[in-house]
Formats: sequence, C-alpha cells, structure tokens
Amino acid sequence: MGVTFSVLLMEDSGVVMPVSADVLRVLSATDSEPVVLFCCGAVRFLDSLLASPQQPIEDVLTEDEIIRWSTIIKAEHQLVILFSTEQRGEHCLYVQRFNPNTLMKHRFETEPGFSAPINFSATCRGSNIHLLYLYLNGSVYESVLPFRSSSTGAEVVQALSRSLCLSLPLGEEKLMSGAAVVLDEAHVAVVGFPHPSAGACKDYLCIWNTHFQTLQACKEMAGRIYSQLWCYSGKLYVPHGKMLSVIPFDCQKSSLAAAMGKQKQTSQSAECSFVTSWTSQSCTDVTQTTEIKSRMSTRNNIKSALTVDQLIQHIKTSAVEDVQAEVGEFIRRTPQADLQLAAGRVALELVSRSQTDANFYPQCAFLLLLETRYLCYSVCPELLSLAMVKKDFHLCQIAFQIFSDIPEAVTCACLKTILSTPDLEMETVNLDTDSVIFMKELTRAQSRSDEEGGQLNGFCPPALESDVSDTPSNKLQRDPLALDTSCPVGLHKGALLNEVLQTAYSDRSLLPHLKDLTVPQVIVFLQYLRFLYFKYSHDAHKQIRALRTPSISQIIDWVCLLLDAHFTVLAVAPEAKRLVFDLHKFVRSQVKLYAELGKIEGSLQVLKNSKQSEDFGMYAIHVIELF
Amino acid sequence: MGEFKVHRVRFFDYMPSGIRALAFNQDTERMAVARMDGSVEVFHCSDRFFQEKIIPGREQFGIEGLSWVGERLFSAGLNGGITEYDLTNQKVKYTIDAYGGPIWTIAGNQQGTHLAVGCEDGTVKLFEVNEDNIQFERNLDRQKSRIVSLSWHPSGSKIAAGMMDMIQVFNVETGHSMHRMLADRGVGTSRSKECVVWSVVYLSDGTIITGDSVGMVKLWDDQTGTLIKSHNVTKCDVLALSVSQNEDSLVAGTSEGIVVQFQFVSMVLGKDDKEWVRTRTFRNHTHDIRAVAEITTAVVSGGMDAQLVVRPLLDKIEERSAASALRKIHFPHRRLVACARKSGLMLFQYPGHLELWRLGESEGKGIPGSSLFVKRNPEKLLHLKVKGEDHIRCSAVSPCGEWIVYSTASTLRLYRLHCDNNNISITKISKLPKVLSSANQLCFSSDSSHLFSASAQSSVHLVSISQSGCKFVGTLKPKSGSHQAIHLLAASEDGKWVASANSDHEVHIYNLQTRKAHCTVPIYSSAVTAMGIHPATNCLFMMHADQQMFEYSIEQKQYTDWSRTVQRKGLHRLWVERDTPCLNVMFNPQNPSHVILHDMYMLCIIDQSLPLPDDKTQFYNQLTLKSLTEEQRKSHSHAFKVCKTFKDILCVELMPDQSLVVVERPLEDIATQLPAPIKQKKFAT
Repeated sequence: MGVTFSVLLMEDSGVVMPVSADVLRVLSATDSEPVVLFCCGAVRFLDSLLASPQQPIEDVLTEDEIIRWSTIIKAEHQLVILFSTEQRGEHCLYVQRFNPNTLMKHRFETEPGFSAPINFSATCRGSNIHLLYLYLNGSVYESVLPFRSSSTGAEVVQALSRSLCLSLPLGEEKLMSGAAVVLDEAHVAVVGFPHPSAGACKDYLCIWNTHFQTLQACKEMAGRIYSQLWCYSGKLYVPHGKMLSVIPFDCQKSSLAAAMGKQKQTSQSAECSFVTSWTSQSCTDVTQTTEIKSRMSTRNNIKSALTVDQLIQHIKTSAVEDVQAEVGEFIRRTPQADLQLAAGRVALELVSRSQTDANFYPQCAFLLLLETRYLCYSVCPELLSLAMVKKDFHLCQIAFQIFSDIPEAVTCACLKTILSTPDLEMETVNLDTDSVIFMKELTRAQSRSDEEGGQLNGFCPPALESDVSDTPSNKLQRDPLALDTSCPVGLHKGALLNEVLQTAYSDRSLLPHLKDLTVPQVIVFLQYLRFLYFKYSHDAHKQIRALRTPSISQIIDWVCLLLDAHFTVLAVAPEAKRLVFDLHKFVRSQVKLYAELGKIEGSLQVLKNSKQSEDFGMYAIHVIELF
Repeated sequence: MGEFKVHRVRFFDYMPSGIRALAFNQDTERMAVARMDGSVEVFHCSDRFFQEKIIPGREQFGIEGLSWVGERLFSAGLNGGITEYDLTNQKVKYTIDAYGGPIWTIAGNQQGTHLAVGCEDGTVKLFEVNEDNIQFERNLDRQKSRIVSLSWHPSGSKIAAGMMDMIQVFNVETGHSMHRMLADRGVGTSRSKECVVWSVVYLSDGTIITGDSVGMVKLWDDQTGTLIKSHNVTKCDVLALSVSQNEDSLVAGTSEGIVVQFQFVSMVLGKDDKEWVRTRTFRNHTHDIRAVAEITTAVVSGGMDAQLVVRPLLDKIEERSAASALRKIHFPHRRLVACARKSGLMLFQYPGHLELWRLGESEGKGIPGSSLFVKRNPEKLLHLKVKGEDHIRCSAVSPCGEWIVYSTASTLRLYRLHCDNNNISITKISKLPKVLSSANQLCFSSDSSHLFSASAQSSVHLVSISQSGCKFVGTLKPKSGSHQAIHLLAASEDGKWVASANSDHEVHIYNLQTRKAHCTVPIYSSAVTAMGIHPATNCLFMMHADQQMFEYSIEQKQYTDWSRTVQRKGLHRLWVERDTPCLNVMFNPQNPSHVILHDMYMLCIIDQSLPLPDDKTQFYNQLTLKSLTEEQRKSHSHAFKVCKTFKDILCVELMPDQSLVVVERPLEDIATQLPAPIKQKKFAT
C-alpha cells in the first residue's frame, strides 16, 4: 500500500515526498477528501499531509499492534474511519471520527478457540454504523456504533457490545476463511461457508435473511472461492476460480409476507406464521422449557445428554431405532434456545443419511423434530422431497402445516405426487385425524342433505329456468346441486389436498409450476375443487368443527389458477367438458344470485338513509334527555 | 342531568348567497370573500377561518372582482363602480364610477401603487392608489371586446388581459398591446360560441396561464406570444385560477364544481427542467366554482353552492391539527336569529327583511326521544321589509317582545309592536337620537328598558326606550385600544353591566350605573365568537374561535377559578378539533352551574360542578351514560354534555320555561333551492 501511495504522489506533483511515518492505506469515500491511515494508527487528511509532508505523526497504537482491517464510512457529510488491530491475540476496534477528532477504542469479546473475527463489513444506517463481523465458528455478530461520538474521550477500553445475528452451518471440513457482507438490514451475503444442504466441499455464495434465519438464495460458483466478497451499488463481486463474477442483486423489503411467500390464509395465519426468530421468543417457549426441565430431572440419572456433535456422529452409523430414540432423548433434554440451532443440523444429517442409505428412514425422529417447530423449509429443504419419495404422506401433511416457506415449485411437485397416488394406497396412510374427520363430515353432510331431499338454504338457482337454450344437447334437466357432489377423491387424498390449498403462495410463481400437472391430474383436482366449492356454497362446512379448513377464497383462488394454467387443455379435452360446463353453470347462478342481493342491498341502503333523515316538516316539539 | 323540551324550528328559510370572488392577503392572512348579494366578508385564515368582518351588500350591487392593495380592500362590479371598504367600521368607504360600463375584473399590482379594472367597453383602466382614495390615471389601448380577466406581471410593468377569444398583453408604460394570443374555440357545435377567457394569471417568469370557457388551462410564453402547453381540464368552463405565492402551484376551478391543481415540478428527480403538471383533483362543490385562492397551506374555493371550502394541502402541513382538516363554511359566524325570551317570539334576519314568529305550544308530556303533540302551530306575526337598498347589518328583539330594531349601513329603525287579540300592528319610532344613525351591533337590556347600539370607534351608545319615546342616555367608550367595530354585545341580567367585543379581540366591560368603562378582559389571541354574562354570578363567559373558553369575574376583575382550571388542565382534544365556532352562550337560571353552548353541529351543556374530561376519557359519552344506571353515571360523567341530535344549527336559545329553541337549516334544504348544477349525472343513477 505504501508503494501505491508514493506513485500517487509522483503523479500528483511529480516529486516523491517522504513522510515521517509508514503509510498503511489511503482511504477515500465518494465526494470527500481522501484520508491517509498510517501503520501506527494515526490519521491525516491527504491535503493536509501534502501541504506539510514532514509533519510529525503520533503513534496511536502500541509497538506490536498491527492493523488488520480498515474502512471508511461517510454519511451526513461526516467521515468515520474504522480499523481493527491485533496485539498478542487480543483484537481491538478503533473508531476515528472527525470534527471534532476523536478516537475510540473498543475490545472485541473473545471466544475460546475462535479469537479473531475473520471478516468485517460496515454499513451506515440511520445515525448509526452497523458493523457485522464473522468468526470462523460461523457466528455472525453485529455491533452498533453511533455515528457521532457521544462520550468525550473515555480512556477505559470497553468491550464492544454485540449481538449474534446469524449462526452459519458448518460443514465437516475445517474452515480457514470466509467472508460476509451486509446487503441491507435483513440480508447478508456469505462465501466460504458451506451450503446447509449441499455437502461441504461445494463453493457457494449464500444470501441469508438475518431476521428469519433463513437461506434466501444461493448460487454455486465454479472453482474455488477465495473468501473475498465485495458489494457496491447493488452488485456483488465474487472472485472464484479464474473468474470474477458480478452478480446484481435486489433485496426486497423484508416483511413477513415477503420472507414467507404470500400468506393468503387469514383465519389461521397466527398459527402458521411461526417464525424462528432470535428476537421474539414467545412465552410458550418459556413454559415448554420448564416443562421439559422437570421431566429431565427425573431421567437425569439414567443417561447423560448427548451433544449435537455426538448425536450427529451417532446418526451417521447407528441403526434406525437407536437414532430415533436418541433424537427423542436429545429433543427432550436440550434447552429450547440450543434446540433451535441444533434441530436443523440434526434434520440435515438425518436426511442426508436417508438419501444415501435406502433402508434408513427415521420417520418418528422427523416427526419429533417437526413438532419442535424449529424446522422450516429453508433449514432443511430436502426433507419434504425425501418424504415424497418415501411416500410418507403423514410427514408431508405435518410439514405442510408447519412450514410456511415452501417454494411454489415444491408445492406443485407435492400436489402432483398426491394426485398421482392411487386412492387405495392413500387410505392406508396414517393422517392427522382432525383433517380426516373434516373430510368425513364434509362427505356425510352431503348425503344427509340429500336424504332430507330439500335444499338447505332454499336457494334455487335461476340459471336453469332461464337458460334452457344453453343446454340443447342435454334434454334432461339436471340440478347442478344434486349432480356430482360426491367426493371425487378419497378421504385421505382430500385431506392432503386441503393442506396444499392452505399453503402460502404467490400467483405468479405458482402458475408456471402448475402447468406441469397432467390432464387427468388437472381434471381430478378441479373436480375436487368444484366439490369443495359446491359444499361451501351450501354452508355445509360451517357445521363442521375442524382446526384447519381451506377457506372459500382459497378454493376460488385455486380454481382460478388452475383454469388459468390449463385453459387450452380444459377447452380441448373432451373429458373436461362436462366439468367445466357444470362449474360455469354454478358460478353463473351464483353471480346472478349476488347481483340480486346487490339490488336488495341497494334498496335496503336507501331505506336506511331515508330513515336517518327523519322528516318532521318545519316544526316539531321533541323531548331530549341529557345525562 | 335532565330532560328538555325542544322546539325544532326549520321554517327559517335562510339562503346563503353564492360566492363570486376571493382575495387573499398573504401579509395579514385574511381572506376576503365577495358574494352574489354584494356582501363582502373577511375571514382570518390563521384563526380557524373565523368570519371576522361582514360588510352587508345592497340590492343591485353585484361584485365581480375583489383586490387587496396592502391592507386596503377594493371591489368592482357590474354597476361600473370601484368601491373601497372601510374595514375598521365594516362599511363601504366610497364608490367611484370608472365610466367604462360594467366592470368585469379588478386587479392591484404587487407594488400597491395601481389598480387596473377591465371594462365592458374594452378598456383597461388604470387607477392610482392614493393615501385615502383612488384616482383615474389613464386607459390602456382600447380593445374591441370586453375585458373579462386581468393579471399584473409581478414587476408591475405588464398586464395580461383575458377577453373574448383572445388574450392581450399590455405594456403598462406605453399602454400599447405587446402580444395578442388567440384562444381556440371549442370543436363541433361550440365552434360558433366565442371562447371566454375567464381567468388569467401572469407569472414572474413570463408565463401567462389562462382558463377559458372551452375547458382548457393554457400556458403561454409572453416573449413570443405562443402557446406552450394546454391542459384539457373539463368539458365545461374553467372559471377561476389562482397561483400560490411562490408560483409552484396553480389551482383551477371549473363549472362542474371541481378544483384541479397543477404543480410546477421537475420531470426528472434532481433536474431543474420544471413543467406544469396536473396533480390533484378536489371535488367538494356541487355547483360552479366562481373563485379559488391558494393560501399557504390550503386551497380555498367558493361558488354558486355558497359554501366556502378550505381544502388543506397535506404535503404542506407538518403536524395534524385543526388546520389539517377539510373545512366547509356554510353559515355566517353571526347570529341571524334573535329570541324574545319572555314572550316566546323569534326574529329571523334575512338580507332584505325581518320575520317575527311566535313559537308553537305542545300538550302533554313525552318520554325522551318522542315528539309531543303540537297544540298550537308556530305563527308568523310579521314580515318587515327594509326601506332602501342596503341590506340588514344587525337586528334585535327586546326580551319582552315589544321592541324590534334593525340597522343597515345607512339607517337604524326601531319599531314598537302591539299585540292585542291576534291583531298585530307596529309603529315606527320616529325622532330617534342622532347617535342612532347606524349600528354595528344591537342589544336590549334584560328589562327591555334600554337599547345598546355599537357604533364607530368601538363605542356603545346607551338609549332608554319607553312608550313615551326614545332618549339618548350616554355613550360608553373604552379608555384606550383599537377602533375596530364591535361584533358582540352582552348585557347582564341585573342591568348593571354590559360587555362588548370587537374584531381586535378586545372585550370591554362597562358599568351602567356610572356609565364608565369598568375593565378590559386580557386580550386573547383568538377572536371572541360568543359571550354571555351569568345572571347569578355576573361572570362573563367567552368562547373563542380556537374553541377555548374563559370565564371572567366582572366584579373581581379576574378569571374565575374554574376558568383557570380549564386552562391548566386543557380542553379535550375532540372539543378543540371542532371546526365551527360556538355562536351563543346561555345560562340556566335554575341550575347556575350550567352553561349552554352551541355550534353548527351540536348543543353542549357544560356542568361546571363536574370534573373536566382529560384526553383519556370518552368525550362524547351520552350514549354510554344512557346505558348505565344512575349510580354508575356519577363516576362516568364529566362536565361536557354534548347533544348531537340536531344538525345544521343556526341558533339555540333557552326559554324561561326550560325549553330549548333549536333553529335548524338543513343543508339539503338549501341544496334543493339552489339552481340546478351544470352536470347532474352521477354514476349508477
């Protein structure tokens, strides 16, 4: 760096001007004067240094203190220089502010084994500097420093207060380096750390969401990543192999909905949107912890608890039964906060063994892990596809209920599997009883109303009387309500489809994947949706008490999506004709009904309005009372 | 608390007059409003748009334009005269003829040296503004058609004039036309109709903006005399334009009743290339908008539907306050109804006549919420037409119902009413003392023996009246202070005191026994909108435009403890945020702790013995209290008992038999009497 500086001087003035101390770096921020950082920790503006090159430079650092990293930050026309130093294994952060010139020293808290932060990234947000730093054990900490110094020259070196904002998964290989850079307040890009589910040796660029502790996006990079990473004006620069990749990125504002896909459901959103977050540990967790502890004390003498690493070692080798028992034990005994981190690792390990070892499939262990509610799709993406491959629909159902971040592609793949599985096979599967009861009630409600012979709400669709011309081919007058209201799929398949209907999705992402369904699958699914729609229009579902039921708007949304995705197929396929015709007829009758209701509403509104302006003519004597 | 029998009166056919012109004075923050009936009103924009001054109009006195020159206000109209107003005494100062036929527009230059008027004969006439009058200076080049609109360039060297089918730019120095710009006529059938340039605005950068009868807002360059841009705003007429003080915003009012805002903004962020872009549309009127004005934080508009609408521009308002709410001013901030409390008579003040009514009578009793059988219908006793062309400024009826008095700008007339066996007759009292030539406000003493007449220089003349005649007793003069006209008078029940309030917010109290000024209430920053003297304690209760209330003990010359408590604790947010002023203060002789107030939307009884509500308490709690038991009510009730049963209230009065008279004028009734709007089509009708 010193060399560059002297060249710089030559270009500028044509003369080499020796300065009285070793220069470490010239730092400059856009639209501001460059600043020279000396090896001894002193700081000068370049202009003032050029004006008098021989000015004495004071020693800020002690003799064997070496600057490891430095940066400059500018905001609100204020410059701040940050640099970190190392001295006999102790790491410190210096904050140099200007106008007035102040230098603050902070000590990094040390952790046994991983004393040094290996990478820093500083950003300015509001009136604070957010410093993010990465340790080799995968911990990403954040410290917040005020932009303008508040205390005046306190000599006591304080430990830098920090908060853990991300704990990166570690692979088997020992890591030597890594880099993390802040993209915005919720996103961090990381290189040098393994992808949570893609094996250790791959080189990945991962973008993590620190609010939700989820992997937002990842990209495999060809060749070795050199643990270097920069971010300038919306682009990431990653050197790897013999290349430098420039990756433009766009961080969407991190709202709950964006992080988890569009949550369409309203009734149960509170239950579904369980997000593992560092900041909001709900009260229920606390009670769970105490409960577990009390149970733990009774069993404590039998066997000491395993650590995560031990458990992972066991998973690699032990038999299915042993693993299941150990996982159960582990979940019972580990404190909630640790479990949050451990659950993902354990699940990953279980999945990776299941994928390699065909005989190994610890369903109970998966269920137990799911029940902790610390898993989400991003933590262990392979779990759902594994369950599909193994045709473990019970696990699928629980996962659908618990995961709120299933990508639309996976939702569609699952839908496809469910639709293509024969009903007979499905009926043997053990499913969540609540959902099955709902399906049973739904199908029974229909038969009961058939027996009664009358229509529940007395509604008679006007479409049939008026539009006889529409059905020239069909001489027989058919009541669309009486027709085809038998459930087109088995109870269990219906229950699973209900879970799919209740997942969160965004229309635009779902639509292309929905096109993968085959024609028979589309027709069966549409038949089922029509069945639900008819049922719901009869208010049958309102008499059934179930915890999770698809809402009418969810059903209609899916009908729309399905029609949109397979419009041409449905128009052409002969077997779909009847179905579409019936659906159309029913929808049209509903539209007419609502149009009539609209008229009534309008009339009632007028009545209400006219009543408000009670007309008593020009004069009246009223009695009022004040309290 | 109690039951009240309420006479709901809706037979006062008050019709507000349409708004014809607006003029905003940036320095004093006053908005002058001219109405179709020739009246001019001055609103104080930073005092909750309180109607500070009213100068009544006269027959056949149509105003077409208003203009401030410094703090002086001028108007011009189709009678061909230019009028200056005496704002201190709230009357016309003088009118001079411009000798150019009907005047369509008047505009003063920013320097305050000249007035320009546009006349029917095609001349723009310049008048020099002198110390106490104006003087004709010269004509600019005469044109073939009438001058409909005028605007001075801020430098005062050029004038743009809107005419039929064209716009002329004059050099003021030479009087010659510099440019002539032709306004396009409409297409199709309207091709044969000439295009009227209703309004013109001249900006300091040389841009001339016009609004015309084709519905276009056009921007012209005065250097080249060419059209820069045109915006089609409406299918009807663009009648009024107004530009903000810093020339970055323009509002246009149309005959469809919409106001369109244009803003001078740069098309690319950070660049200086600015353009006039149509930004917002406000729909607050049902009829033609005849005048718009953009003030610092709001757009003010008025038109045929007679309401003055203040639409705040929320981007210019920093915090939510009373100034950030939409304000519609329907009724004058003065009382138009007077009640003869002891005889059950009501006097309605119309611009050109007075009506005297006797209230009806009921039979039996009813439960709260019911209406009673009307045994005797109200009866119109008198219809008194004003002599002369001037409109009534103020009127009063004595508590006994025997005397009626009214004043116009030029005369004051006192009548005695004789009622025997349904035979009503009145006699005009002749030979009035000379001081009673005209009054700003009139008031009778409670025993009907004296008449108080507010006159020039904030003085009050005291006249004794009896069957034998009318005798001047004395003049009450304030010791010092301003000479602004008095708009409120209040006499005490025991005949000892009288209080006057003027538009400089001064409240003077006079001792009637010594006929001397007794004291002056400390001046508050907001105008007094209503006041009354308590019959038992002789405390003066004052309501202000900012909704604050004060109670001042006349005898001790200091605010009462209750008033101090109110000020210390502060009033409830919902009370302060109301947007119409209280117009009457009454007291209940049977319950001395009760003060009765009303504004346009509510009637309120303040029980001074109950705790004041703080911001956490439910303010409008009548429904809650109704549902509680007698015991629980005690803990829930607070001092403000607001009744919102009535709306569009013009007047509330408490009669001696504990019944209330509520005079309502439903806005729907006013709307039905307005001429049909230009466009009645509404969606889904």
